[in-house]
Amino acid sequence: MNRSAIDLWVGIFVAIGFGAILFLALKVGNLLTLDRTPGYRVEASFDNIGGLKLRAPVKAAGVLVGRVESVRLDTKTYEAVVRMRIDNEYQFTKDTIASINTSGLLGEVYVGLDAGGDPTMLKDGDRIAKTQSAVVVEKLISQFLFDKASSGGGSSASGDAAPAKAAAKAAEGARK
Amino acid sequence: MSAEIAPGVAQWLRRVGGAVTDAGIKLGYASRFFVAVLWETPGAFRRIHLTVREIYFSGVLSLVIILMSGLFVGMVLSLQGYETLSRYGADEQLGILVALALVRELGPVISGLLFASRAGSAITAEIGLMKTTEQLTAMEMMAVDPVARVVAPRFWGGVISMPFLAALFSAFGIFGGYIVGVRLIGIDAGAFWGQMTAGVDFYPDVTNGIIKSFVFGTAVSLIAVFEGYNAKPTAEGVSSATTRTVVMASLSILALDFVMTVFMFRGARFV
Repeated sequence: MNRSAIDLWVGIFVAIGFGAILFLALKVGNLLTLDRTPGYRVEASFDNIGGLKLRAPVKAAGVLVGRVESVRLDTKTYEAVVRMRIDNEYQFTKDTIASINTSGLLGEVYVGLDAGGDPTMLKDGDRIAKTQSAVVVEKLISQFLFDKASSGGGSSASGDAAPAKAAAKAAEGARK
Repeated sequence: MSAEIAPGVAQWLRRVGGAVTDAGIKLGYASRFFVAVLWETPGAFRRIHLTVREIYFSGVLSLVIILMSGLFVGMVLSLQGYETLSRYGADEQLGILVALALVRELGPVISGLLFASRAGSAITAEIGLMKTTEQLTAMEMMAVDPVARVVAPRFWGGVISMPFLAALFSAFGIFGGYIVGVRLIGIDAGAFWGQMTAGVDFYPDVTNGIIKSFVFGTAVSLIAVFEGYNAKPTAEGVSSATTRTVVMASLSILALDFVMTVFMFRGARFV
């Protein structure tokens, strides 16, 4: 095989190799989606963030609007402070509620934003005041059992309503 | 009684000690050989067509086996992954499963193993045969450094080819996964690609895969040229050197993969 043919083949090889890397970066990975777009940062503190991870999605009405940038523990209040970067094209009201949700039973944990009616919008560096922590299933169950025990044997006739009551109580405890 | 056992134990200990010393000497020799190859690299790159030729032999000619294996590994991964994921009703996560498995681990590792057996053994056999037929000595007699003329181009040909081969393996594996998952099983194509893009990051997932394949390429190429250069100049010596290349290269790929995975993916992505 002469030299120019080898050069040609090696050129093709390197070109499709770079093509494969580009495919992995753009189509498979998310090099271009959202990470490069400029955004503003807001913080929110939660009593409990459950299984929230770095780079977890931030969603409003199910639409991806940003990502979690950092998570740290405030040692004064012992609350988790979550820093999110939100895409510039999405603006949220000052009284937005941030909540930690799970998509499905086993799905990923994300931050959900529910906009309110305040005329002023969140700016870079603002803090979301109203938050709702992750629902911890173990706490729900223990609360339910505690409820069951404290209500005693007499109220067993209203046993069907107990789980719903416990769940409502837990949700109230989680909301601040 | 102890007088009878003692010579046996001493003999055994001596054998163990000898094996360890031999391994140490060989490791030191290989390290010095690595330095020599790097030292001669500028000289080898001055005649770049030698390296280009080796990229052709170890890279381009490995394409068929790499691409076919990638396709089939991706298809099997997709089938098996679907089996398990559909039990939890999470079959739309198949894209993430296939892509992460290929990009992080299977792409670099399997293409490294295939590269070791396809190209590494060929390099060892070629250099070993050159040594057996005293071509390397003849070069030295003509004041041509065989490390610069023969070894360094083959080493760099392997190092340069390997990341491209691994990326192609992963890309074709994902394509195979797509064929089985979307075309055959009938998962929604949008969910397949969308979940994949959401779940796979360029950094650290794709970049770490590329770093891994580069390290594997270096390890396989170094072992291949070293075993060839160090082969006993007999037919039997060349054959055992070729075997050693495949065994050593495969084992070091798997060991290096474990070590790199520990450093790359433990704690890096989690809070």
